[in-house]
Amino acid sequence: MSSTIPMTSPAPDGGGTCLNILVLVKQVPNTQAIKIDPETNTLIRDGVESILNPYDSYALEAATRLKDKLASIKISVLTMGPARADVVLRECMAISADAAYLVTDRRFGGSDTLATSYILSQAIRFVQAQEGRRFDLIFCGKQAIDGDTGQVGPQVAELLDLPQVTSGLACELAGDELLVVREMDDGTEKLALPLPGLVTFTKPNYSLRPPSARRKLAAKKLDITTISADDLEGIDRGRIGLKGSPTRVRKAYVPPAKTGGVIFSAQPIEESVRQLAQLLVDRDLVVNVEGDAP
Amino acid sequence: MTATNDLWVFLETHPDGTPKSVGLELLNPGKRLAEPQGGKLVAVVIAAEVSAATEAASRYGADLVITIEGPAYAHYTTEAYASALTYLVRKYQPATMMIGATGNGRDLAPRLSARLQTGLTADCTQLDFDVASGVIAWTRPAFGGNLMATILCAEHRPQMGTVRPGVFKKSEPVGVRAEVIAENFDLDLSAIRTRVVEVTKEVSVEVNLETADIIVTGGRGVGGAAGFALVSRFAASIGGVVGASRAAVEAGWIPHAHQVGQTGKSVSPRVYIACGVSGAIQHVAGMSASDTIIAINKDPQAQIFTIADYGIVGDLFEVLPILEEELRRLGRP
Repeated sequence: MSSTIPMTSPAPDGGGTCLNILVLVKQVPNTQAIKIDPETNTLIRDGVESILNPYDSYALEAATRLKDKLASIKISVLTMGPARADVVLRECMAISADAAYLVTDRRFGGSDTLATSYILSQAIRFVQAQEGRRFDLIFCGKQAIDGDTGQVGPQVAELLDLPQVTSGLACELAGDELLVVREMDDGTEKLALPLPGLVTFTKPNYSLRPPSARRKLAAKKLDITTISADDLEGIDRGRIGLKGSPTRVRKAYVPPAKTGGVIFSAQPIEESVRQLAQLLVDRDLVVNVEGDAP
Repeated sequence: MTATNDLWVFLETHPDGTPKSVGLELLNPGKRLAEPQGGKLVAVVIAAEVSAATEAASRYGADLVITIEGPAYAHYTTEAYASALTYLVRKYQPATMMIGATGNGRDLAPRLSARLQTGLTADCTQLDFDVASGVIAWTRPAFGGNLMATILCAEHRPQMGTVRPGVFKKSEPVGVRAEVIAENFDLDLSAIRTRVVEVTKEVSVEVNLETADIIVTGGRGVGGAAGFALVSRFAASIGGVVGASRAAVEAGWIPHAHQVGQTGKSVSPRVYIACGVSGAIQHVAGMSASDTIIAINKDPQAQIFTIADYGIVGDLFEVLPILEEELRRLGRP
């Protein structure tokens, strides 16, 4: 982190300096509506609805819930994408975001996850320097539903030398730490994250709140700060875009569709179930039935 | 030390030091892919107690096992594991590194790739050797499984990938002993900035969907928590793990840890039995890699039947008890 940025000490009790939270968001195609061009094996993006990545919406809701308890918290949102990605930024501002940044430049096109994370980390440093204060917390979704890689959060944390918690379900401020409940494969763990730090969020048991009519109106008029490659002084041009990406997509294809199988339709239904049970046993699909296991 | 052609598999361990299944699974394709690259298959074990995983790595075909042992590795933390692995990678310079796409693997791998400034392909379901370029061809689903992408990392080392649990089968155990290098790494404890406050294991049965052999999933048609009791009983009777669709989780009938699909877990069991699941594309994205899919649904038009290998059009409340009884009857000698 640049030494020119004053290190504010957060005061979760509401006194003194307020907490500064950045939520990283991505505009994604609604994968429910995805269609593939059978000739070219590429995605047909025309006419496909764009939405705020659902996992990012959980991150924004987590930040907003912290702000519910501590009104002085400032929430900023930042996205990288084409100019039209401003739509998701306004959506976030209609909920709770106070400031918004759009990182957009054709030179960023073709970036893989590492190049994207590098650009985002540079943009975050730029905003911190501009504002003269650090982000105490950076939140984002654990992955975007288009790429599904889940890499940008941890990579941004590493490039900014921040501690990280991934797959967060809920969080609360406690003194100068953020307590985060992290989803694990076989349960959960509660981690204390010092500030500044980065958290990625998975799906909790709540959704993003709807915007209020008043904020929705106000969000239309709010400024969005645009950040281009030229703004990011000192960015290594060798680490951005397609050329600066260590990975390359060799080919993309549609997975072979599974065709419908055998439907047991004998009547009465007991007969169909019997046939299915026989097949499951014959093909060793089900071997150990309770009571018979050795 | 100079760069090698070795292929590394990171063997994540359980708290008791035994290796998670996915690491042992990866040794199988690892062997196949290390050879054309002209390198050794190396298992890397970082744990509080490395002997069990070292032994298993040897049995499942590693040529070499490199270990780092210490109390700081008893519970996974990003920074302890990233520091230890970075130390090893910089010292030994492998060509390839594979990590199981578990919760911790997905936390660790991208952190490491950014530190090492190299390419990472996430959540792979297929691994090949690309003869033309002499590197690994990592294939992974994207866009909720609508598209498959094959990715190369031609110039950066190590080429990294996380691989889904359950995609590859473990090889047959061998009797050959692997060489073992016990590394000393002086971990700077102050580099671990997060603190583990408490760990809560899922109280009932461990929801280990990603490594499950059989999954029985309940959807909207299950109708409520009581319906899930029936699904759970059936699952238990055949040694299966209970899964759930998003609709069932959002209705509050079952915790999110059971959810299969785009905003839940991606699974690939040997047998997947979908009960009262409509088969929305988001759900299918998380389970279409299952070996055999069986659908039970009242609605003959349900999407799930288009991807099922076998199906019964009927009420799950009627079908499951009969199926359980029939299987029990057939199971008896």
